[in-house]
Amino acid sequence: MTSIADTINGRPRAESTAVRDVAETTAAPAITLPAVSERELRLDLFRGLALWLIFLDHLPNNIVAWLTIRNYGFSDATEIFIFISGYTAAFVYGRAMLQSGFVIASARILRRVWQIYVAHVFLFTIFLAEISYVATRFENPLYSEEMGIMDFLKQPDVAIIQALILRFRPVNLDVLPLYIVLMLFLPLILWLMKWKTDVTLVLSASLYALTWYFDWYLSAYPNGVWFFNPFAWQLLFVFGAWCALGGARRMSRILSSQVTLWICIAYLAFAFCVAMTWNFPTQLGFLMPKWLENWMYPVNKTDLDVLRFAHFLALAAITVRFLPRDWPPLKSIWLRPLILCGQHSLEIFCLGVFLAFAGHFVLAEVAGGPVMHVVISLAGILIMSGMAWVISWYKRSADKDAKKGAVGNADMAGGSL
Amino acid sequence: MRAAILSLILLTGLLAGPPARAEETPPPACDVPASLLNSDSTLAKVAAAVKSGKPLNVLVVGSRSSTIASQEASAYPARLLEMLKEKLGPVPVNLSVEIQSGKTAEEVAATLVKLVEAKNPTLVIWQTGTYDAIRGIDPDDFRSAVDEGVAALQKAGVDVVLVNLQYSPRTETMTSVPPYLDNMRVVAQQHDIPLFDRFAIMRHWNDSGDFDLFSATHGVELAKRVHACLGRALTKFVIDTAHLDQAQQN
Repeated sequence: MTSIADTINGRPRAESTAVRDVAETTAAPAITLPAVSERELRLDLFRGLALWLIFLDHLPNNIVAWLTIRNYGFSDATEIFIFISGYTAAFVYGRAMLQSGFVIASARILRRVWQIYVAHVFLFTIFLAEISYVATRFENPLYSEEMGIMDFLKQPDVAIIQALILRFRPVNLDVLPLYIVLMLFLPLILWLMKWKTDVTLVLSASLYALTWYFDWYLSAYPNGVWFFNPFAWQLLFVFGAWCALGGARRMSRILSSQVTLWICIAYLAFAFCVAMTWNFPTQLGFLMPKWLENWMYPVNKTDLDVLRFAHFLALAAITVRFLPRDWPPLKSIWLRPLILCGQHSLEIFCLGVFLAFAGHFVLAEVAGGPVMHVVISLAGILIMSGMAWVISWYKRSADKDAKKGAVGNADMAGGSL
Repeated sequence: MRAAILSLILLTGLLAGPPARAEETPPPACDVPASLLNSDSTLAKVAAAVKSGKPLNVLVVGSRSSTIASQEASAYPARLLEMLKEKLGPVPVNLSVEIQSGKTAEEVAATLVKLVEAKNPTLVIWQTGTYDAIRGIDPDDFRSAVDEGVAALQKAGVDVVLVNLQYSPRTETMTSVPPYLDNMRVVAQQHDIPLFDRFAIMRHWNDSGDFDLFSATHGVELAKRVHACLGRALTKFVIDTAHLDQAQQN
């Protein structure tokens, strides 16, 4: 039987620093990379996939984006990304907490939060450059209203400070602030989980339910709300953590049952049909009963609609069932780019957002059209994979040097995320 | 070349003035696939008014994207009036435009009933969403605002057509438009009213090469041409959803 949880027993290779610290405190000769280190490659694979899909979805009006899962059901790549992030974070820092204690683990988590924050500010700077460029060059009377989006440039002092406190988050820069908030609460989550894992999950689900009931949200600047409501999305993150800390193992009986399988298949098929009637309203819209429409729409992404959550669960259950941990293609060269991207998710995520901006710029300035979309999508994926390869090459050689004692550990990586 | 011809045609149309039955006024290039102009909903009150020969009063409520600065006569509402008059022949058509720029759907919705009382329209064409998208209004709040506005209009006894956002490729990476489009679709479905999918139509024109909407032009010509085409498409949409072609024949 395969479940996701019982599999991570080796230490993550690329995240060696994080685990290395653990090793230091437990076994004396630290920094040994075990030959048998078996990293859970499925997590990397799907996180890599999520990163590719997020990139493709961020390229506006992209024809290749028709390949991405959001068109075939309720959930999309964001769910995968947040779930796996919760899983790996709990795995890495949960161990740290068991072995080095709450304070050390929290300090390491905070260091990681800082890295994500800096990455976010970096992306914001790029966004600022892009929007300023458009504001100065582009003045089409057809779009005089749409250009109102640049109004914040009239008050750069306010806008930049609001961006630094994460209240002003332009489009496509929504995921990292969510991630920052979730990571900020990771020490608390792990501490609770150390005490009672299941109770933590129940608390998380209650927070989710209360959020829906009382309509809790975080306000944004200049107005509106956080696009990804952390009070709702924490459920996926905590659920990921819960799975990592033994929950998945305990669920293995449920996951392996035929009933679950068929429920999942039925639900995915249902979601697929609904998505089709939504995507092709004129051809298929008549198939959709009115009462169902009225009850179901809109499927709320901001507050992680329960339909989306269930869709993700069904996808995950089926994936875990049919993709065993030792699935041979995981070692194949063809899936290597995906896995590498998943292993360096923060860097590759940022690169993906940047590439989406750059790709849009090329589409606007050079040429558009479906062919160009395909070219830019492929180029982006190649660049992401190339970068992931370079990073992992660098980390490997840095680790080697560190092993030899030639260089001190200059590697800042605070963990896996 | 094509652009030159188009603007020439447009210019002759303009010079000739509204009374000229210039059938070639709308540029011929901007075809809209039938699927984008289909609607299951109908405009019963419009159909009844036209059938009984009563004047058809149209009220367009919109934001700045429903007009062209200092070129109001070339914006799509004016085009709609021109072409409706042309198509409906003897039926008198009146149209008033209410531009409320810099207002969210919620703020506009609050004014709708008063507007209806003042103008007494048969049909209200409500264009909204852009300002909400720019300001990042909570899509849920946006939906309930549109929902309330439409409900109030229906209660006031008028037909409603919703017009969604423009397709604006330049600002696509800066504004998150899809939630607002989706929510307008949902409201239209729930109230069984037609939604004029301006976004999809303009995107179609951009993709098919009718218009280069990425263009950084500072001139007003592109805007005029796009609005002429929108006016034509909207006319067809109104006539089709109200089944006025049959009404005319009767």
